Amino acid sequence: MKSSAMRDLMALTEREDVISLAGGLPDTSTFPPDSYASLMRTVAAESCARALQYAPTEGLALVKGCIADVMLAEGMEIDPDEVLVTTGGQQVIDLMCKTLIDPGDVIVAEAPTYPGAVPTFCAYQADVVQVRMDRDGMCVDELEATLDELERTGRRPKFIYTVPNFHNPAGVTLSFERRRALVRIAQERELLILEDNPYGLLRYEGDPLPSLLSLDGGNYVVYASTFSKILSPGVRLGWTVAPRPVLEKMNIGKQASDLCSSSLSQYFVAAYFESGPWHEYVRSLIEIYRRRRDVMLDALAEHYPREAEWTHPQGGLFIWATLPDYIDTTDLLARALEQRVAFVPGRAAFVDGRGGSCMRLNFSGVDETNIREGIRRIGEVVREQVALYGTLTGAAPAHGSARGGTPPTVGNEPLAPAPDSELAKILRLPAKRQRAG
Amino acid sequence: MSRVAVLKGGRSLERQVSLRSGARVEEALENLGHDVISIDVGADLVERLLGDRPDVAFIALHGRDGEDGTVQELLEVMGIPYTGSGVSACIRAADKVLAKHAMRDHDIPTPDFYAFNETAFRELGAAVALPAIEERLRFPIVVKPAGQGSALGIKFASTPADVPVALVAAFSYDRKVLLERHVKGRDLAVSILDEGGSPRALPIVEAVPREEDFYDFESRYVIGRTTFLCPAELAEPVAERAASLATEVYELIGCTGFARVDIMLEEGTDELYVLELNTIPGLTETSLLPQAADAAGIEFDELVRRILERAGEGG
Repeated sequence: MKSSAMRDLMALTEREDVISLAGGLPDTSTFPPDSYASLMRTVAAESCARALQYAPTEGLALVKGCIADVMLAEGMEIDPDEVLVTTGGQQVIDLMCKTLIDPGDVIVAEAPTYPGAVPTFCAYQADVVQVRMDRDGMCVDELEATLDELERTGRRPKFIYTVPNFHNPAGVTLSFERRRALVRIAQERELLILEDNPYGLLRYEGDPLPSLLSLDGGNYVVYASTFSKILSPGVRLGWTVAPRPVLEKMNIGKQASDLCSSSLSQYFVAAYFESGPWHEYVRSLIEIYRRRRDVMLDALAEHYPREAEWTHPQGGLFIWATLPDYIDTTDLLARALEQRVAFVPGRAAFVDGRGGSCMRLNFSGVDETNIREGIRRIGEVVREQVALYGTLTGAAPAHGSARGGTPPTVGNEPLAPAPDSELAKILRLPAKRQRAG
Repeated sequence: MSRVAVLKGGRSLERQVSLRSGARVEEALENLGHDVISIDVGADLVERLLGDRPDVAFIALHGRDGEDGTVQELLEVMGIPYTGSGVSACIRAADKVLAKHAMRDHDIPTPDFYAFNETAFRELGAAVALPAIEERLRFPIVVKPAGQGSALGIKFASTPADVPVALVAAFSYDRKVLLERHVKGRDLAVSILDEGGSPRALPIVEAVPREEDFYDFESRYVIGRTTFLCPAELAEPVAERAASLATEVYELIGCTGFARVDIMLEEGTDELYVLELNTIPGLTETSLLPQAADAAGIEFDELVRRILERAGEGG
């Protein structure tokens, strides 16, 4: 399970006086209270008794229609019968494990992986094998090597878990070529992929890429998404689209877990989609988050030392920063909390102790002033640590910020498809250690 | 029956542990028939105490502010009696460097150490002295923040290259750190409870780490990560020496009510070395002092009753 020291530190990040770049929160303050009131009035007037009642386990047909709309907006046409409405996207991860994982079974995930999936994988006692990422997402050649290696020891992963768009926490997007390669690998080896796509519609630049589900045609891909980032995490509604046998098992698993997702939330969501163009709210979020991302990128360039590197996400909610390897971001968080600012230490995104000098920064949940101030404060403690290390080792600390420094960091450059050694370095993580037991 | 304010939580890094300690103390106080006022310590502490007017404060805080004399000083000013040690004992114990100097001055064995402020490295070129320190302490060296109650920030350095990394980590928690000789051996905790005005050592607890090679913050609070043996299986003379050493440290620091003294029993030499003293040791389900009290036939409610009884004597 997740380290208790980190859990105790993370508990302090929730204090009111702390600028928390640690959350993964969309900004729900942008949703108009009047609309909320009017939607609830609609639910009360039109579906009061049903909204207060149980719903079918697979979800209301009304909501499945909304889901089909959202998926169409991402270029996927689906049959509503293939959908299971879940309690947040998180439940899909849980149901996948519940359905497929016996203790010791292998799950292949990215390195780093979604920190919220780590406790789920651990709770089912899965053996999580993490595959390196670079700016183009999961390195598929390394994935193949990993799968070969597993095969040699007679092991076969139950599924490959990936967040292809605007990865949490890495902030990178799986390239088109790699999407095709990943789907090909899954088909050739007859392996399931869990494609987790909570942020796909929150794109701030570049063109959308086809989902793994659409490339595969629904044979080996279990698709997961959520209303959390395009409407509200408070409604706790997500969904999965999966091959029939998997979907049926997940349905049974969901019955055992919670019978059904909240009817009240489902009627609320249905009323919301009925009330007008839902894209407009998403567009307004995109505008806000794009500005916040840009503010954070500028602040990083201004305040982080030259030794630091970070990703440039084309969408989503997170930037992943990598500090020199002599700085441990879990310890750094203690000092940052003194300056009343917080982030997620990189270790939270690994099962094997890697990620010690990385951090996840969220730009969606905090306003621009606080993003600037938060990054300034973290930058200051990082610079202190860099300078101290320089003093201790006799190495001259780098002067000046990343802006204008050489070599340029990834933060100053948009991601382009060509490979680049400087950029690749960002996500090169220490070689996976042999895990005991 | 008294109105007892339980002070818990706060801003320290040990906030979560303190909340657990506090909750357990509150339950015990209610069982004992007291009127409990629960206070999560924050910016409104003084205001709340002025408003609630408790007869006595039970301090269930760990780490900074709660264990270092700050809250005690405030309670002194307000004339509210409180549990545990007084201001000066808290200050001496919370700063490991002060505590170790006091021990060394009084011939109480404590592992050799050197302590520095960050300024020594930043402004006085102390880094140049590191090889000399390394030669004297020998590897592995333990690097610790001076003021952390738990094992947060404690690092092992096995080679010269590890030392700067360990120092950078330790300085994340405190502006003062110590480099200490690593004593390899068994990890003993001697809990002390005041009985009729004189300290009594409770049965010794030995912490045997299961997964980690060091008894760290992780295992200290997670059920199942460390095996605790109480009473520790020790030869009678060793147990007696440890108990009397702990009592001696308790009196040297000037503690009141209760405390926990952490001691290493060195492998090979059977020498005992005092690492530190905690004036407000954990009171959670997995904490060592309640385990030791239990082994001595003192149940948790009774333990809390005794600690409360001596409130106001630490000033």
